[in-house]
Amino acid sequence: MKAFTYERAASAPDAAARAASTPGAKFIAGGTNLLDLMKLEIETPGHLIDVNGLGFDRIEKTDDGGLRIGALVSNTDLAADMTVRRHYGVLSRALLAGASGQLRNKATTAGNLLQRTRCPYFYDTNQPCNKRTPGAGCAAIGGVARQLAVIGTSDACIATHPSDMAVAMRALDATVETITPRGETRAIPIADFHRLPGETPHIETALAAGELITAVTLPKPVGGRHVYEKVRDRASYAFALVSVAAIVHKNGAGRVAVGGVAHKPWRSEAAEAQLPDGARAVASRLLADARPAPDNAFKIPLVERTLAAILDETRAA
Amino acid sequence: MKFDTPAGDNPIDRMTVVGRPHSRIDGPLKTTGRATYAYEHHREAPTAAYGHVIGAGIAKGRIRSMDLGAARSAPGVLGIVTAREAGKLGKGDYNTAPLLGGPEIDHYHQAIAVVVAETFEQARAAAALVKVDYNRTPGDFDLAAALDKAPAPDEDRLGQFEQAFDAAPFKLDALYTTPDQSHAMMEPFATLAAWDGDQLTVWTSNQMIDWGRGDLAKTLNIPKDKVRLISPYIGGGFGGKLFLRADALMAALGARLVQRPVKVALTRPMLVNNSTHRPATRQRIRIGAKPDGEIIAIAHESSSGDLPDGGPETAVNQTRLLYAGANRLTSLRLAVLNLPEGNAMRAPGEASGMMALEIAMDEMAEKLGMDPIAFRVQNDTQVDPENPDRPFSQRNLVRCLEDGARRFGWARRNARPASVTDGRWLVGMGVAAAFRNNLNVTSGARVRLATDGRITVETDMTDIGTGSYTIIAQTAAEMMGVPLDRVTVKLGDSSFPVSAGSGGQFGAGSSTSGVYAACVKLREAVAGNLGLDPAEAVFEGGKVKGARRSAPLAEAAKAGELVAEDAMTWGDLDETYQQSTFGGHFVEVGVDRYTGAIRVRRMLAVCAAGRILNPVTARSQVIGAMTMGVGGALMEKLEVDKRLGYFVNHDLAGYEVPVHADIPHQEVIFLDEADDKVSPMKAKGIGELGLCGVGAAVANAVYNATGVRVRDYPVTLDKHLDRLPAVS
Repeated sequence: MKAFTYERAASAPDAAARAASTPGAKFIAGGTNLLDLMKLEIETPGHLIDVNGLGFDRIEKTDDGGLRIGALVSNTDLAADMTVRRHYGVLSRALLAGASGQLRNKATTAGNLLQRTRCPYFYDTNQPCNKRTPGAGCAAIGGVARQLAVIGTSDACIATHPSDMAVAMRALDATVETITPRGETRAIPIADFHRLPGETPHIETALAAGELITAVTLPKPVGGRHVYEKVRDRASYAFALVSVAAIVHKNGAGRVAVGGVAHKPWRSEAAEAQLPDGARAVASRLLADARPAPDNAFKIPLVERTLAAILDETRAA
Repeated sequence: MKFDTPAGDNPIDRMTVVGRPHSRIDGPLKTTGRATYAYEHHREAPTAAYGHVIGAGIAKGRIRSMDLGAARSAPGVLGIVTAREAGKLGKGDYNTAPLLGGPEIDHYHQAIAVVVAETFEQARAAAALVKVDYNRTPGDFDLAAALDKAPAPDEDRLGQFEQAFDAAPFKLDALYTTPDQSHAMMEPFATLAAWDGDQLTVWTSNQMIDWGRGDLAKTLNIPKDKVRLISPYIGGGFGGKLFLRADALMAALGARLVQRPVKVALTRPMLVNNSTHRPATRQRIRIGAKPDGEIIAIAHESSSGDLPDGGPETAVNQTRLLYAGANRLTSLRLAVLNLPEGNAMRAPGEASGMMALEIAMDEMAEKLGMDPIAFRVQNDTQVDPENPDRPFSQRNLVRCLEDGARRFGWARRNARPASVTDGRWLVGMGVAAAFRNNLNVTSGARVRLATDGRITVETDMTDIGTGSYTIIAQTAAEMMGVPLDRVTVKLGDSSFPVSAGSGGQFGAGSSTSGVYAACVKLREAVAGNLGLDPAEAVFEGGKVKGARRSAPLAEAAKAGELVAEDAMTWGDLDETYQQSTFGGHFVEVGVDRYTGAIRVRRMLAVCAAGRILNPVTARSQVIGAMTMGVGGALMEKLEVDKRLGYFVNHDLAGYEVPVHADIPHQEVIFLDEADDKVSPMKAKGIGELGLCGVGAAVANAVYNATGVRVRDYPVTLDKHLDRLPAVS
């Protein structure tokens, strides 16, 4: 870990301004991912701005009947919130499928969105990684790729985004609210928040330098049956091989977002329009452009079969 | 004392303390944080500096140059040891590759330097400033490819295998593969080293005190008596801590350089490739049988790889002994690989071998149209199949399987695969035999009787979480006729008599036998002091009773502490009798018919291992082993990057071991045995038996659930997904 300086932010605008003006600055909240990465010198911030005192820790109804989730609400509190459980069940289930109880107690809503890939080559600083060192190359391509992405990849990166929460938020059409270093607020649709790797896999989100997430808002409840299926080799405390967040209505229509397959939660409105035609129709459209490696090609039929399970169970219910 | 004739009646047979379900006597220390592990000896070395080990960034090649300048001048840095500073080192008898590499690099993350600083954080930060320029050379990292140029296998034969197999009306010929596995013990390799002149003391985490002491001395080129090694508590080892490893060597070198105690713990991401692992195997098994199920030909050929001058994974041991059959072939083939060193991991040999053999037996039973238990029973043998004059000392495999079948409800199993469902789950049951040899190793102990009547046992035996403290205390209490709380046990210090150590499931039986031997001597001394005939004296209730008089035990020490020391050595009873442990593993699994995900629903182990010294600690060993078996069956695999030559998933996020949610109800039954051919304790090992066969029982249950046979461990959903029934 490199030595760093530290400050507690006084206000959100101040935090954003300080982050933009201090070279090598990063925000820290729960630290469940950042501190691990700092110990390995994958992240080497010279300055940490602690945002824990900024108060973004409430879950409130919005004027249009939706929900505003403070950036600092813990994963545990969000999963347990009665409104979330009642009206946004897919989000509660996704959160509880992630990490462990101890980590969920510390991990925050904004931090969860910003966690970095668990690609094992990203984690080993002896190996080239375009995320760590732009232009260095990617050791994962042609290497051990069972956990890695099958769609939306590039010649520079085949990493996945590890979040469960973000997959549910993508299905819910969440919006990420931020404050910029100039003190302006911005609303970024979750679909645009995470980026595909392209030639710049080190740029993972739409956030500008210093921009601070203050909240995530959810539109008013859409009803339907909410399901989050996470498939993994061990029953708990493991990243998804694939995961499916689905909201299915009685008429067969609904929404589907998929995790564990791409650099961001993967959703296609055109594909989910085919939900009444069944899992195969949706999955084949959703993953039509997939370019898997030999050891992760199974993710493509696995998405279809996981969605089939969801559709069969929602029909039976 | 030499054990060379079967045990007669002895004080252990009373089983007033031995055989009772005592909780661990070291438990309160551990649950309250007062048991000091290697990294926690703050009192012994309050001024210790911190060493951070740097591992090689390539798998094979040479260090062209190392730039230590920035690291040397970093805050808090006291010194840096590389191969250059260390000077010429020896190599331990139990190490394959040198523990300190450079300029030659033998494997990925081989230690190449230790940076010593005032704080852990300073040492780690400075280590990151060391710049190393490598010259990579090509290596062999792919087992299947490396075997093409490997020497011919070592074979053991009986009869005419090929002819008998060709002629057999029912045949199986299949290839099974097991992956590289990591010990993944909770406590990492860790050592605190302190020099006092030329005398070195290391507080470390090591299963085999005397091996570690000898190899550290040899590596440092100093006399063995200049090294003291102390390892009273060990947070898991599983064979990973059988040997001297880089933590101890680098701490010693660092402490010598900076003239201060130094402590070193290997970080989790480094210890997988830095240390040893269970090597991957490719195992071909052929079985030929008559229509009634009699095996007439059996062959088990296993291949594995290791660094130059390494050894094979001995995965065919059990196949020489487990089932009858007149025509037999077993062989081991070893390829050279430039991956990190392969070596012992819990139940080396049998754990991997049983994963393959016991699927093969399941497959063969199905070919024969036989129940897999009936097929195994049919081919049971009470003698060594390669030497019929040599009986097993005790062999209750059949009872393990048949009792287990009743207990588990095996009769409810549907022999037709893929025919039982429970909601979205395909449900299956599987069985496997358990088998692991019993080994005895010379083991010494010293026993003291204090003036107040307390007993203290000293031996360099280790407790790696297994319960050694407790069973040794039980043994001494039984022998000396005192309650358990009158016994103090001191372990894991090279200043104590050399013991068996912990490995190969030989620790419990051997070390308690050593304590038995020392107690026999102490009893003689006590009887002598009290004027009693040692052959007739009865030690019970804190008293010693002779034919005419009875005296408190403490009276024998009223003139001063009595001390007795002895070691148990072993005759040739293991040649006269084959000594093994047996069991039956039963598993029920559910396979999600949509996703193919596999979850274990129920497990039962029935074990026959001689006298059970303590049912609580023995059960703990077996359920832990069953858990490890589930890991091996369903998730544990070190992923080899065959281009770069290292294990890629080298942390606990990437190398998955079971969590609580993976482990369902586990039941363990011990047959009530006492094996008088093995030791005066009449007890055999249990800690590895519990693992051998579990993986195959899981795999067989998965097959019973799905009808899809997977012969490549771990059995993960991607390996059968495309053969599961369509769902949409």
